[in-house]
Amino acid sequence: TSAAMAVVLGRGLLAPLGGRLRAGPRAPFRPAAAAATSAPLYDVVVSGGGMVGSAMAAVLGHNIHFHDKKIALLEAGPRKEYSRVPESYSNRVSSISPGSATLLSSFGAWDHISSLRLKSFRRMQVWDACSEAMIIFEKDDLDDMGYIVENDVIMSALTKQLDGVADRVEVFYGSKAVGYTWPLPSHSCDTSPWVQIELADGRRLQTKLLIGADGHNSVVRKEAEIKNIEHRYDQSAVVATLHLSEATDNNVAWQRFLPTGPIALLPLSDTASSLVWSTSHEHASDLLAMDEESFVDSINSAFWSNVNHSDFIDTAAAMFRSAISLLRPSGTSVRQLPPSVAKVDAGSRAMFPLGMGHATEYVQHRVALIGDAAHRVHPLAGQGVNLGFGDIACLAHHLSAAAFDGSDLGSLKHLLKFETERQRHNVSLIAAIDVLKRLYSTRLAPLVLLRTWGLQATNALPPIKVRI
Amino acid sequence: TSIKFMTFSFSFLRLTAKRLFSTSHSSVDPKEMKKFQLLAQKWWDEEGEYSALHSMNDIRVPFIRDTLLNMSNNYSLGNPLSGVKILDVGCGGGLLSEPLGRLGASVTGIDPLEDNIRTADRHKSFDPVLAKRIKYKSSSLEEIVEESMETFDVIVASEVVEHVADLETFIKCCSQVLKPEGSLFITTINKTQLSYILGIVVAEKVIGIVPEGTHEWEKFVPPEELERLLESNGFSVKTVNGMLYNPLSGLWSWMESTSVNYAMHAVKSGAQGQSGPTDTPAEVVSEQPSATAGTAL
Repeated sequence: TSAAMAVVLGRGLLAPLGGRLRAGPRAPFRPAAAAATSAPLYDVVVSGGGMVGSAMAAVLGHNIHFHDKKIALLEAGPRKEYSRVPESYSNRVSSISPGSATLLSSFGAWDHISSLRLKSFRRMQVWDACSEAMIIFEKDDLDDMGYIVENDVIMSALTKQLDGVADRVEVFYGSKAVGYTWPLPSHSCDTSPWVQIELADGRRLQTKLLIGADGHNSVVRKEAEIKNIEHRYDQSAVVATLHLSEATDNNVAWQRFLPTGPIALLPLSDTASSLVWSTSHEHASDLLAMDEESFVDSINSAFWSNVNHSDFIDTAAAMFRSAISLLRPSGTSVRQLPPSVAKVDAGSRAMFPLGMGHATEYVQHRVALIGDAAHRVHPLAGQGVNLGFGDIACLAHHLSAAAFDGSDLGSLKHLLKFETERQRHNVSLIAAIDVLKRLYSTRLAPLVLLRTWGLQATNALPPIKVRI
Repeated sequence: TSIKFMTFSFSFLRLTAKRLFSTSHSSVDPKEMKKFQLLAQKWWDEEGEYSALHSMNDIRVPFIRDTLLNMSNNYSLGNPLSGVKILDVGCGGGLLSEPLGRLGASVTGIDPLEDNIRTADRHKSFDPVLAKRIKYKSSSLEEIVEESMETFDVIVASEVVEHVADLETFIKCCSQVLKPEGSLFITTINKTQLSYILGIVVAEKVIGIVPEGTHEWEKFVPPEELERLLESNGFSVKTVNGMLYNPLSGLWSWMESTSVNYAMHAVKSGAQGQSGPTDTPAEVVSEQPSATAGTAL
């Protein structure tokens, strides 16, 4: 009837979400067979049991509004937990921001981490290999700036917290999802409205909301046909566990930008630090292949050598520095000297390729991406896992409100709120990290000068530093 | 402006069903039935004809939930409406029944149009929790009175009373099936110059998008009249709040003025015929909803 048409027309003109809700995933739509509808139905399934996926499941499991909901976590690998830390340090560590620490303590994981092993740091010194420019970050109130924690320690704490809510969160270890079937947003009444998941061993699950936390090669993202902007850097990161020449109050994180890439020393204890050295693929392979002594020499030389300086840049930088000290007497900081390295843990050297990525959409009907599945960054800013934890805090907040409103958890309405909030936060940060990476990858004088002065200026101006 | 148009173009759909809601003896107009039947499949298209109703859940569910939580002494936040028996009158495709069911309530949804009930039944069937908590029945309110005397803790009649042939009878039936001190929640449309100018004149006569005579402005219910009818039939009106729909954002919000849409909460007097403590009949544009209504937690 014309009246009904009028309503439809009015809707069409004014519907803000028009195209979005309609454009469901184009993945092959297989109408749910009778067998599938008897597959167990979960309210939320998190695909990917890494740090971010496990934390997501744990946060929801501890949320009061999810008290009687069914959550599942799918992890392809085995269960990871230890009650006592092994003596040697793991070579994969993360820099945990205070915000992430707050999230982890909100469901009791931080206590476990503290009782296992962590190292707080008060200061971060970042400087350029091509000039004397440097920037120092530290909190005025002597608070911790962040924490260096081994990834295994974080996983162990998360596993323990998941055990505590086993009545709500079912963890499937050794379970890889091999296929997803998507429902249409406005399903015809005969087909299942839920996401169907098929595991490698043939088991099937259904869920009202699928959260993809399966890393930068996310299968969820690919199956949902969400476009991903990605770029492989011509760099690999070399990690290792190092022992310092002498014990020191090791509470500073060091990072020096070499033309080949940044090298960072992250404190693990008063005598040990973790290395993250991003450099060209060939150089990375060389570093892995060389004997221990040469390796240690390379590291020390990278931090101490001034071979990349040029007189021109040094003079220009010195001039700028004196100009700043005229305007802001406190604007230049005292340079601390990084510790020198004596030994590397045998067998702790490893390398992995680096890249950046950003999904064009974080959500679709009944699907949400978090962590590296949504965005992948260069380790130079130590932000990777913190962005993931930020995603968790935001998504959990919106899901919690949706649950308390009795809403369908897979509804795009609140998922879009999560996406908007996080994209707003993430995009500028990810772009900035990428720009920094490119800016610091060159020896060209003009760019070096630009970044030298830029760094010095940023160091002198508290408002900008605080924002970082 | 088109802002108000949406509330009316949307309410006209409910309006066409008015005859279906009237007393059991009335014959249903087949033309009206057909119109409504066409849309019986469209209930769950969140972006379709009923999108404004889907969107209304964002304020009416928190309103109902928080009002009930504020009145109760023991509840668990994980299952806030657990143990509460709710009657959803004019449930349509179950848009409001489902969220209430998810919050733990046992919901009975009634609607005279069988196709609506069929849609509602099918939609809830995929969720075992909802399938258990919600029961749908094709029926009018009058038809269930006898078997459901003083059965329900709560009645919700959302976007319904503007279609009812005899409002006083409707209210009396509500009173009969409600337990003493039970709550009645109503959302409906006001009968004002504004609603006439925008909904009838502009929409029907000026722009002509809505066929003339579709809306019966006479059927709209001013909050004062609704309150009077409720108070004289054993109810005590506790809250009245204005609602506003923004078609650009697709979102509803609370507003002080009840000149367009409004929501009302009334409580049936207790066993002794006493109304609730400290009785001041609520002002028409009265208290704001509780702090948590409408805001995300």
